[in-house]
Amino acid sequence: MVEQQHEVEGDLTVEHEHTTHSQGFYLAIGAALLVLTATTVAAAFVNLGPFNPVIALLIATIKATLVIIFFMHVKGASEKLTGAIVVSGFFFLAILIALSLADYMTRSWR
Amino acid sequence: MPDSQMTTSQATTGSVTTMEHEAHNPALLHHFSDAQQQKNAASLGMWLFLVTEIMFFGGMFCAYLVYRLAHFNAFAAASQQLSIKMGAFNTAVLIVSSVTVVLAVKAAEVGKRKLLVGYLVVTVLLGLTFLVVKGFEYNEKFERHHVPGATFKFTDTFDDNGKQIPVNPKEAELFFSIYFVMTGMHALHMIIGCGLFSVLAILSWKGHYTPGYFTPIENAGLYWHLVDIIWIYLFPLLYLISRHS
Repeated sequence: MVEQQHEVEGDLTVEHEHTTHSQGFYLAIGAALLVLTATTVAAAFVNLGPFNPVIALLIATIKATLVIIFFMHVKGASEKLTGAIVVSGFFFLAILIALSLADYMTRSWR
Repeated sequence: MPDSQMTTSQATTGSVTTMEHEAHNPALLHHFSDAQQQKNAASLGMWLFLVTEIMFFGGMFCAYLVYRLAHFNAFAAASQQLSIKMGAFNTAVLIVSSVTVVLAVKAAEVGKRKLLVGYLVVTVLLGLTFLVVKGFEYNEKFERHHVPGATFKFTDTFDDNGKQIPVNPKEAELFFSIYFVMTGMHALHMIIGCGLFSVLAILSWKGHYTPGYFTPIENAGLYWHLVDIIWIYLFPLLYLISRHS
């Protein structure tokens, strides 16, 4: 009985194995990342006032998201626990930055 | 007589166990029930490590943001002294290296050994290219006395819509301190990554990795992508966002 269960799991393993995409797909994502790099450099030379940092960080976040989803295969990592750890990591990073800035940015309000 | 029977049966059991052991994947450790479980455990551990790395660099990003808000003019003036050309070139180098890493993982998955070694070697070369360009950038900082310390000099001004406002050199020194710590820590991670992929290239050449087991390649790839992501944020924050204010 136990052996049979193993067999079934083995079959699932084979299906899970191919989490990678085709070579052309990776090259396309790489090209998209290079285009976004060129865009962010070009945007830095245009005066957008307070929106310069916003645009730069928005493009950086798009690039990071592309890398995490398509190069690091976050979806392919079948374990829900792995997903929970990744999400909690960014959650605590958000706490670190949000609470620190909430302090420092409001000190001049007195 | 019963004694000898006992011995025979034990020997038989022993040989069966040995055969089973040879039959299964030699890379599968005994405390895992199957290869997928072993892979998930390794992946989980790697992501845990990457989360500690995110928090480690997160603290430095937070420090940068807080000091940039406190000393905005000096940080903008100092940031404008960095070379966008070199920074952008290095960003492109890192992105291409991330592509070669992901292609290396793919080559490992389909068992193309020579292609895998090739991609790993190209990755190391791209990593070294990044470090050499970084070295030229650091050299320029030394020549212009932009390295924090006794010989630090900063005479550039903050450009406020054509009006030149002098900045406190101490505040500019703070920017360069953060610049050197963050890019230095990132460069250290690049050096470790280059070493890691050099070892993996040798082991791959020797045929250590098969389509059934290439977890070290995958996990080193995850590390390299994280180092890439950190640079993706360092580049705009240090080089780009203060060109206009």
